[in-house]
Amino acid sequence: MTIEVLIPLLAATVQSGTPILYATLGEIITEKSGVLNLGVEGVMIIGALTGFLVARVTGNPYLAFVAAGLAGTLLAFLHGIVCLWFQGNQVVSGLALTILGTGLANYLGTSFVGQSTPGFHPVSIPLLSKIPFLGAVFFNQDPLVYFTYILPALIGLFLYSSRWGLGLRAAGEYPAAATAGGLNVVTYRWAGILIGGFFMGLGGAYLSLAYTHIWTNNITGGRGWIAVALVIFAFWRPGRAMFGAYLFGGIMALQLHMQAAGTTLSSSLLLMLPYALTIIVLALSSWRQGASEAPAALGINIEPGD
Amino acid sequence: MIRLRIVKRQEPLGWQSSFIILAAIVLSLCLSAVLLGLRGTPPIAGIVALFKGAFGSGYALEDSLVKAIPIFLCSLGVAIAFRLQIWNIGAEGQFALGAIGATWVALSFPNWPWYILQPAMVAMAVLAGSAWGLIPAVLRQRLRTNEIIVTLMMNYIAILFLDYLVYGIWKDPKSFGFPVTPEFSPQAIVGKIGASNVNWGLVHCLVLGVAVWILFRYTRVGFEIKAGGDSVRAAKYAGLPYDRLVMLVMALSGGLAGWAGFLEASATINRLQPSIMVGYGYTAIVVAWLARLNPLSIGIAAFLLAGLRVGVENLQLDLQVPAAFGNIVEGLVLLGVLAAGLFSYYRLVVEKKNDH
Repeated sequence: MTIEVLIPLLAATVQSGTPILYATLGEIITEKSGVLNLGVEGVMIIGALTGFLVARVTGNPYLAFVAAGLAGTLLAFLHGIVCLWFQGNQVVSGLALTILGTGLANYLGTSFVGQSTPGFHPVSIPLLSKIPFLGAVFFNQDPLVYFTYILPALIGLFLYSSRWGLGLRAAGEYPAAATAGGLNVVTYRWAGILIGGFFMGLGGAYLSLAYTHIWTNNITGGRGWIAVALVIFAFWRPGRAMFGAYLFGGIMALQLHMQAAGTTLSSSLLLMLPYALTIIVLALSSWRQGASEAPAALGINIEPGD
Repeated sequence: MIRLRIVKRQEPLGWQSSFIILAAIVLSLCLSAVLLGLRGTPPIAGIVALFKGAFGSGYALEDSLVKAIPIFLCSLGVAIAFRLQIWNIGAEGQFALGAIGATWVALSFPNWPWYILQPAMVAMAVLAGSAWGLIPAVLRQRLRTNEIIVTLMMNYIAILFLDYLVYGIWKDPKSFGFPVTPEFSPQAIVGKIGASNVNWGLVHCLVLGVAVWILFRYTRVGFEIKAGGDSVRAAKYAGLPYDRLVMLVMALSGGLAGWAGFLEASATINRLQPSIMVGYGYTAIVVAWLARLNPLSIGIAAFLLAGLRVGVENLQLDLQVPAAFGNIVEGLVLLGVLAAGLFSYYRLVVEKKNDH
């Protein structure tokens, strides 16, 4: 493969990986607090629609991006109500959130299918974009991509070096001990759910505001589920999530590239690649004992009066 | 000052909890009506059109019953897995594989007499659905992968595989380029009951529903599945073959979804085409949870949610409401029922308290 093909392919890899990265980071925060939110797909798509609509109305993509995060928080709030207040099953509540979110987005977005919105465009960073090869791949992207270069580190700092992060992890690892130690576990879980939902919403917004600038039904196309798998692949660590997201970005970019290049392979078979890769990656990371790295109290509700 | 507190009940609620579920459904419908208003559809007229479309005429009732058949079978399947706390989200893909398996037999041996051809189609559909369900089970046993994600990813793969077949090697040369297989021979088509529009699949549902009920009520395996679902650790300690139970429930679960795929291809569409995939496998999860995994209740809930689908089709025609509205109602109802579950185990206590 020549360099002329490789550079756009790798740049597209970063772009395709970015929405998954945002969503994966969101799910990591939520799961670290002990709550499993399988509604990522639904939260993402609500973020995508909100971002699309706000940008269309206001013309301000930054405002749209933040609004999408807040919309994600709002949908995740429902998960909190069901699981934290009403002790509902976390797995099923997450599924319900996905069904509701995709339904809502497809319903409210019907009249906008195929229409476009102002959004983000690549901005080259002076000097850095002049670095041979790497500059063209990493520093000729849109601002939302640049944000993800520092975001995993920020989230890592929050989780591992701040008091709040410590409380949040305690709520996910040993809630009973944390309660005994005077922490309000439910509050930390609320924080995990709401902050996580914010980043999932941002991931969705990336799809409608930067990846495409057009609204389509089912715009997320299973990326939310891939994010859920990536959390396990990343062993719940923000830095590894970046690596995983680019792996998937790569396979998506490659698949698009092969389609554009006019391969004889059927497009249905090409489209299977990311989903098949998810299973393979998951099998490999589970085999390497990844599952034992999960927060100990993940998915277990805190009963009232405990 | 008055304060609300929740207190655990001595005994979880029994049949009374149906009222709580009903209240949750009504509340969810009210919220859905508000959403109708949001897009400019008159809410009351919308809900009326929904119910009329679903249950308001003989034809509507028949249509709801026809759609309830695949939902019921898929839901019966996922309920078996859920009993063991195995989260099979893959009914959609197992359904697709069932339809593919049945279609392969129907297209390969169109001239066999119906009493050989149709059982062969069922067998192939069940086999294909089970195999698709066993892959996540094996991965779970061997590598401890999370079955939720694997079953879900396999849904996407199964649907794309179905597309691959009908856009490619199975495409009817006389279809003017449409992605459909040739129509099945009459022997391969499950017929309708009498003069009605309802196919004999309804009877399959009755038989299989009773079989699953017997499985849980009277057999050792059924008891083991329930015990394993209540506590994995206790079950393993008591020497239950937990790993084999996981395989078994996934095979049964996939097999039932595969059977549904057979009926949908054979009785309803009479061929294979991409539009066979309309999300029955996901609705089945909602149904199973609404029915608290009980086979009889699954029958009722399947009929209700099938009615919702038919009603939404009516809404689409009458008031141009997008089809996704049905998903919204499903999602809200499921969230409502999940939240309402609290009141089966806890009760609200109003306390009057002096704040001095």
